[in-house]
Amino acid sequence: MPKKIVKEKNKAEKWKIRRRNFTYACVFSFLGANLLMTLRFFFPRTLFEPKTSFTIGSPGDFGFGIDTRFQQKYRIWVVRNASRLFVIYARCTHLGCTPDWVQSENKFKCPCHGSGYDNEGVNFEGPAPRPMDRAKLSLNPQGQIVVDVSQLYQCSPGAPCNFDNSEAYLTV
Amino acid sequence: MPDDPISEESKKRGKISSVIVRIKNGIWPFIEKGKEDLKAAQNYKKTQVWKSVFRHKLDDTPRTRSLAVLTNVFLHLHPAKINRDSVRFNFTWGMGGISFYLFFVLTITGIFLMFYYHPTKGQAFADIMYLENDVPFGGLLRNMHRWAAHAMILTVWLHMLRVFLTGSYKTPREFNWTIGVILLVLTMLLSFTGYLLPDDQLGFWAVTVGTSMARATPLLGHEGPFGPELGMTAFNDVRFALLGGSIVDANALLRAYIWHCIAIPLILSALLAVHFWRVRKDGSISGPSPVVLESEMKKKYKV
Repeated sequence: MPKKIVKEKNKAEKWKIRRRNFTYACVFSFLGANLLMTLRFFFPRTLFEPKTSFTIGSPGDFGFGIDTRFQQKYRIWVVRNASRLFVIYARCTHLGCTPDWVQSENKFKCPCHGSGYDNEGVNFEGPAPRPMDRAKLSLNPQGQIVVDVSQLYQCSPGAPCNFDNSEAYLTV
Repeated sequence: MPDDPISEESKKRGKISSVIVRIKNGIWPFIEKGKEDLKAAQNYKKTQVWKSVFRHKLDDTPRTRSLAVLTNVFLHLHPAKINRDSVRFNFTWGMGGISFYLFFVLTITGIFLMFYYHPTKGQAFADIMYLENDVPFGGLLRNMHRWAAHAMILTVWLHMLRVFLTGSYKTPREFNWTIGVILLVLTMLLSFTGYLLPDDQLGFWAVTVGTSMARATPLLGHEGPFGPELGMTAFNDVRFALLGGSIVDANALLRAYIWHCIAIPLILSALLAVHFWRVRKDGSISGPSPVVLESEMKKKYKV
């Protein structure tokens, strides 16, 4: 074949390949963009879930010991002793069930797998790996206790204990 | 001699070179393996993993072309070869295939819509608003579903018209025509039940009117001829069966949801399978008398 025709053919082939690559690039970009859109679809922008921050009255409303009046409504226990008032988030640190406060035995007992916690929420029996978490506390200008269960304080063995963080309790 | 500086150096050199040789000997098999793996990765089409997934080669021979279709579960109902005229656009308009494609789009978009829809009176309407405003690409998805639905109604009617105009209902294809008509009715029912799901004014009154027609059915409706004689009341006639009650309320919405999302699609899919099977078995798309190119005509033998 004369050189000129071979050159034309090669040029045509080159453009053919460029066209093909362009088309495939467009197709796969489109599919990729659609895949990203599909994944984004599963994360809505707003939610209708209960508030994580709420007031529970003034410190004077609570006597010494464990108070279970907000267990059903907010999933918390209010604990008061001589030095502090703090709020335990009623979730077992094993797998997340809500333990019961057994007044007669002075302990929290989880019905799911038997984890036991003392009257300050510190685990002493069963599969629980660490004490129950405590919620962030503050006082609003009206003197009411504001609890925020989206901010929890942990105390794990082997890690610094956060129960003495100033926002994890109130001194009353 | 231990204290001779020259021999110390040469000893060190000897030690270093021997260590280097030992290191080289140690990693040589890994380098070789690396080279082998690289070769295998470059020839990925010759690996067993590839062969187990793709059971035919990619060369352009009639055998490979046939195998590509026959060994694929999604394509194997397709004939490996078809009459050239079956793909003539002016003959078929592609309406059957387009209808099926739209059904597929509706199924996929419908499944995604189901993630954000509760079929209850309290939530259905709010969920649609939520989908439009708070879900990324929710509005796009809902509109795709709506457009595909309208388009599918249009295309199935056009398909039916095309089949009629090309005489593709004649022997031996009468049964397939019947299946097609049933599919048409199911498509209209899908459209109707889907219309009710947003629980808006359009949907609510549509179901009210539709089921009010149902109560006038002869024999089965409590306001139709011979209905009351057979003991039909507002609490046991066909309208009651459709609504799950005597009024248009939560039960009606749930039933429409189940018909729309599960029951009718399943029946439709089963009949679609029969419809496609029948097209194959009745001799593929019925076309005009096949055109034979002169180059394809067999030479007549000289007697």
